[in-house]
Amino acid sequence: MNISLGSVSIPIQDIFHSILGTSEHESWQYIIQNYRLPKAFTAILVGSGLGVSGLLMQTLFRNPLAGPFVLGISSGASLGVALVILGAGLFGGAFSVILMSKWSIVIAASLGSFLVLLAVLLVASKVRDTMAILIIGLMFGSITAAVVSVLSYFSSAEQLQQYIFWGFGSLGNLSWNELLILFCIYTIGLLLTVASIKALNTLLLGENYAKSLGLNLKQSRYIIILATSLLAGTITAFAGPIAFIGLAIPHITRQIFNTSNHKILVPAVFIIGAIVMLICDSIAQLPTSDYTLPINAITSLIGAPIVVWLLVRQRKMVF
Amino acid sequence: MTETSKHMVLETHDLSIGYTSKKATTVIANQINIKLKKGQLIGLVGANGIGKSTLLRTLSSIQQPLEGDVVLNGKSLSDYSNIQLSKVMSLVLTDQLMSKNLSVFELIALGRQPYTNWVGNLSDTDKAVIHNSIEKTNLSELKHRKCYELSDGQLQKVMIARALAQDTDLIILDEPTTHLDMYHKAYILKLLQELTKDTNKTILFSSHEIDLAIQLCDEMVVMNKESVISDTPCNLITQGVFETLFPEDLIGFDAQTGRFRIKK
Repeated sequence: MNISLGSVSIPIQDIFHSILGTSEHESWQYIIQNYRLPKAFTAILVGSGLGVSGLLMQTLFRNPLAGPFVLGISSGASLGVALVILGAGLFGGAFSVILMSKWSIVIAASLGSFLVLLAVLLVASKVRDTMAILIIGLMFGSITAAVVSVLSYFSSAEQLQQYIFWGFGSLGNLSWNELLILFCIYTIGLLLTVASIKALNTLLLGENYAKSLGLNLKQSRYIIILATSLLAGTITAFAGPIAFIGLAIPHITRQIFNTSNHKILVPAVFIIGAIVMLICDSIAQLPTSDYTLPINAITSLIGAPIVVWLLVRQRKMVF
Repeated sequence: MTETSKHMVLETHDLSIGYTSKKATTVIANQINIKLKKGQLIGLVGANGIGKSTLLRTLSSIQQPLEGDVVLNGKSLSDYSNIQLSKVMSLVLTDQLMSKNLSVFELIALGRQPYTNWVGNLSDTDKAVIHNSIEKTNLSELKHRKCYELSDGQLQKVMIARALAQDTDLIILDEPTTHLDMYHKAYILKLLQELTKDTNKTILFSSHEIDLAIQLCDEMVVMNKESVISDTPCNLITQGVFETLFPEDLIGFDAQTGRFRIKK
């Protein structure tokens, strides 16, 4: 369904032919195989990955406002990208050409989110209170945001535009190779999540109870944070900081399934995340038009009213 | 080991409790020597701020003792790993539940966590234990309700059932009767007494319901400013321990009725 929508309209029948490589239209086959299929896969990975990492953060921090980015993951990625795009001008000349390539942005974003996360983990090992980690993540976010604004003050209009474009988020720029890397790291993150399901359910009682039930609190906390950063970090690196999905999908899922049991929530968030992302992507394509809207705007435009509507309808927060 | 110490579930040796920070050590109580016998209901009473919660937190390994030792089933508390401890001691705390969107059954089932596999699936034994604790606490009718639909008294029963499902020798409850009306206070404490009789578990709870505790407990631990004394309620009354609990200006203990009365 998602695959069939795009600036070139291709009949459904031909899509299957194109996927199988038996289509008569070579250009259609090219569009499907190298553009729309990877994009649909990216949407599934991004939606499910961000949704699951949001769920992890909300349970770990016992806070319905938490999302995958509260640990400063997205601000770290933004900082990395900002340094590359906006800082490129400072180095000037040939060097900037190398820096401008797409891979350098991916690497910078990964490195940025990884370093911020490392800092948060380091502090987390010293601080026992989970809430404090939340605040620390937000503080790191503020610091990086400040650095980014200082950098943008000194950069040219084109650089600024490029940075802002990255900030819009994009599902469509991934080749199969990049997708494979994303998929591998994503799988590790997901496996860690599945391994933490029991710990997540125990954490529903609060930390003292969890400890009295034999949970190794420190270890579980590390695994959950690591899973989140792997999922959210790589997704941000490849697709840009995609807003809202991580925060909203767990809420939408809780409202629909009316449960807090992670044995149900994790797979449900996974599926709903993927579906919502595919829908958002289809809308962003603006069917039958040549424009593609920034995915970041669509996720919020579509998602926010859904969450508001669900909350109003249920008249209470399910958490 | 002598014959009596075999029946001890928990003993403290010259235990000193309190808080340490970089600047100073705050000792809340020291020289605590209490013994909890198997199958008994023990009430812990004392004035506000005397350190009841701190003592319970220390006994349940949430916080470290300053000095001395806590011995649980003949083994020092510090030698237990989290998972080992979870099979010997369960807790009912004053902590708010993070999520009340669990059904009563799901919440009680969480008590089986120390015994379940990596993903937390319930075996037949687990289910049998859960149903048993649901029946013992008369929760059968509420089984499928969500926790946010419950009254405080019902929720407290659910938390007790959860601790029961954890199937431990010792259950420690921190002020299980706060926020409850007179009937439910009596109900919960009576339930605890029945549980010790039925299951031979040892239950230690802190409470401000001194008169109820005197009537129901096998032994009581009384904390006052000078010391921590434990004995049977009758002996404690004879020794006049309850008179030392509070400042003497407002209320006094009436040994005849086992109640506190306002001084006229």
